[in-house]
Amino acid sequence: MSHSEPNTLGAGLPANKPAPTWMHRTPRQELLLWGGWFLGLCLFLLCFKVVSDATIWEFLSDAHVQAASLIGRMVPPDWSITGALMLPLWDTLNIATVGTALGVLIAFPLAFLAARNTTPHPAVRALALGVIVSSRSINALIWAILLVTMIGPGLLAGMVAIALRSIGFVGKLLYEAIEEIQPTPVEAIAATGAGRLQVLSWGVLPQILPAFAGIVVYRWDINIRESTTLGLVGAGGIGLQMNAAINNLAWGQVATVFVLIFATVIVSEWVSAKVRHAVI
Amino acid sequence: MSGVSANAVKNGALQTDSLRVAAAKRGHWRPLPMIGSKALRWSLNAAVLAYVVLVYYSVDINWARVAQGMDRALNFIGSFFTPDFVSRGGEIVVGLRESLTMSFVATVLGIALAIPVGLGGARNIAPRPVYFFCRGIIALSRTFQELIIAILFVAMFGFGPLAGVFTLAFATIGFMAKLLAEDIEDAQREPMEAIRATGASWWQWIVWSVQPQVMPRLIGLSLYRLDINFRESAVIGIVGAGGIGATLNTSINRYDYDTSAAVLLLIIGIVLMSEYLSGYVRRWTA
Repeated sequence: MSHSEPNTLGAGLPANKPAPTWMHRTPRQELLLWGGWFLGLCLFLLCFKVVSDATIWEFLSDAHVQAASLIGRMVPPDWSITGALMLPLWDTLNIATVGTALGVLIAFPLAFLAARNTTPHPAVRALALGVIVSSRSINALIWAILLVTMIGPGLLAGMVAIALRSIGFVGKLLYEAIEEIQPTPVEAIAATGAGRLQVLSWGVLPQILPAFAGIVVYRWDINIRESTTLGLVGAGGIGLQMNAAINNLAWGQVATVFVLIFATVIVSEWVSAKVRHAVI
Repeated sequence: MSGVSANAVKNGALQTDSLRVAAAKRGHWRPLPMIGSKALRWSLNAAVLAYVVLVYYSVDINWARVAQGMDRALNFIGSFFTPDFVSRGGEIVVGLRESLTMSFVATVLGIALAIPVGLGGARNIAPRPVYFFCRGIIALSRTFQELIIAILFVAMFGFGPLAGVFTLAFATIGFMAKLLAEDIEDAQREPMEAIRATGASWWQWIVWSVQPQVMPRLIGLSLYRLDINFRESAVIGIVGAGGIGATLNTSINRYDYDTSAAVLLLIIGIVLMSEYLSGYVRRWTA
């Protein structure tokens, strides 16, 4: 482009001024952006100060020694207790599976109450959403602590804890799936003169079943992970053995438990991926 | 071989189909079964039944103890209507402040570390050895529960929120790096090629072609992770990693359910607020 031709970028400018250089943002946007980063940095430093004030930094000076000795005591793992860990592992699997099943039993009708297009009344919807949010906000471990103080230590507390946490997760994903269904099949079924339940089971249900199966298996996979640690608060499973080993400072046994948990998690992830792949 | 068996299955399916149609013409319509193969259907049912029986006999539940705990459960539910924010107010404030600061610091640190790992874990922009190394980090961080990591870090760094920060940051790396890497792998190739064709350096290429494509989602995920970290911070306090979890645990162990209810209500409130806020920010950045 020769200089005599008017430049489109500099079209509105006097001819003797050079064309402005291209900028990604206006100066105002640039200033706001840097201001935002600066505020974020200030917030980070402020938060870090709170954390730092509550920290005993002297402990950190020998952290590498501690880490090395911890790893030294964990390797090699104490394989002699593997046989004794099989029953707790079975308990853990049961906690996860039965807990998921219980949670799904409650979450399934709840999702229909919470979805905008199937709820009987907006007030019911608000209540159902409240239950879902409360269940989602509170970790399974906190539910487990509560339940252990109420119904005593053991597998039942773990199962109910897993179930209570699963309600929110499954409920939320399922009601979102229900809200995304196509309205036309529902209308077609309704036009045949079907009742409310018939519309749900022939118009809505077939559309959400694949998503539902995927959600359930996904939650089961997460629950396997969570149930491994529930024993720390007395809710049964392999976590009980882990807690005992940690309290005895038997880090070799702790390492064995870790390896078993690792293997279980990998297997459950593989199963869940396979099933989800087959369903969806 | 497989073709023959597939044909046989197809014929079988057709046969049952015609049977169903004939039955339907007589007025006995039944929906298609969800699992086509009859053998698989029945063996699955049998497996589920066997599992239920096995679980029933391997889990023994002390129903007397459960019944005994019911009035305590009612107490707890009742305390949600009379939460006590005041009598342990000081501890609640300290715990909440620690949880909030801990989760913010951990999220920032975790994301700062997750970005290079995510870049390295994206197959379309990273060389093979870097890809496998970063994917290894992601797998390691994702397999272990926060609580297990917290136990190890508390043993290394001592009690207090610093162990919690390291735990949450470690967990954040795996979560964010995995999603970021997948996002980069899904990025459009044309802008990336266009920027590369201008003779841009590697950094310019990342900043001008990859970053604009993944940024909106990255912001949304960061807020989501902040939310998760706050919720997790309520848990790792139980093993001594600081935060509101310790306060909550103490109150539950003292059967001081009014205070526990107050803490739980605060957690639910903050999670709700952050969910609302992140929805707002996501609409604004997208």
